[in-house]
Amino acid sequence: MPWEIEFLLFIILIVSAVISLILKNLLAAVVTLTIYSFTVALIMISLGAVDVGFTEAVVGAGVVGIFFVVAIFKTTRKSYD
Amino acid sequence: MISQTQSPIIEIAARGLAPVIQLLGIYVFFHGHYGPGGGFQGGVLLAAGVLLLRLGIGASHSQAQVTSKSTVALCALGAFIFAGTGLVAILWGGDFMDYAYLPVQWLEAADLRYYGILFVEIGITIAVMTGLIAIYDDLLGIGNAGNN
Repeated sequence: MPWEIEFLLFIILIVSAVISLILKNLLAAVVTLTIYSFTVALIMISLGAVDVGFTEAVVGAGVVGIFFVVAIFKTTRKSYD
Repeated sequence: MISQTQSPIIEIAARGLAPVIQLLGIYVFFHGHYGPGGGFQGGVLLAAGVLLLRLGIGASHSQAQVTSKSTVALCALGAFIFAGTGLVAILWGGDFMDYAYLPVQWLEAADLRYYGILFVEIGITIAVMTGLIAIYDDLLGIGNAGNN
């Protein structure tokens, strides 16, 4: 894997993590966290751990996102702080 | 919480995508012998298909694949298959999960390990899939009554 691609992946990772912390809309924060998780999976695959990356992509970007959305729908929409 | 959606796009997309996701899950489960994949990832993909149906067309309409009543029982069945295969190997003189000691006479030790791992992976797949669906149903309060 060329280092430019990994560098780009790390930039997307950090930016999406910071954005998901900043956002007030919780649904958008979940979507950004899904981007973060999928980028972690891509980095793991680029480092050679295909099985770990596959598990991270399936669990982190798939099921955990659904669970977070359900947990948000059980609360009120926006955060007041 | 979520009634059946009014948008036909979401309903058609969920109903079309869910079987493809589940077919991919079955492929990942059987491909776990030869490459990346296995019981856990295949089970999560199978659960993701069912959860997409639960989200897309509503909980009461998506009971046809896995009912909310049977999730916890199937999860326990999967864990029983997983642990019971290892315990059978103990009873027939081997170590825990030493599949060469499984009581199947017409198979050699190498084949016995091969099919023993496949049997254990079936248990893992059932347990993970129904466990995740049970978590979703309990989060939404889709109880044993099966109503939404």
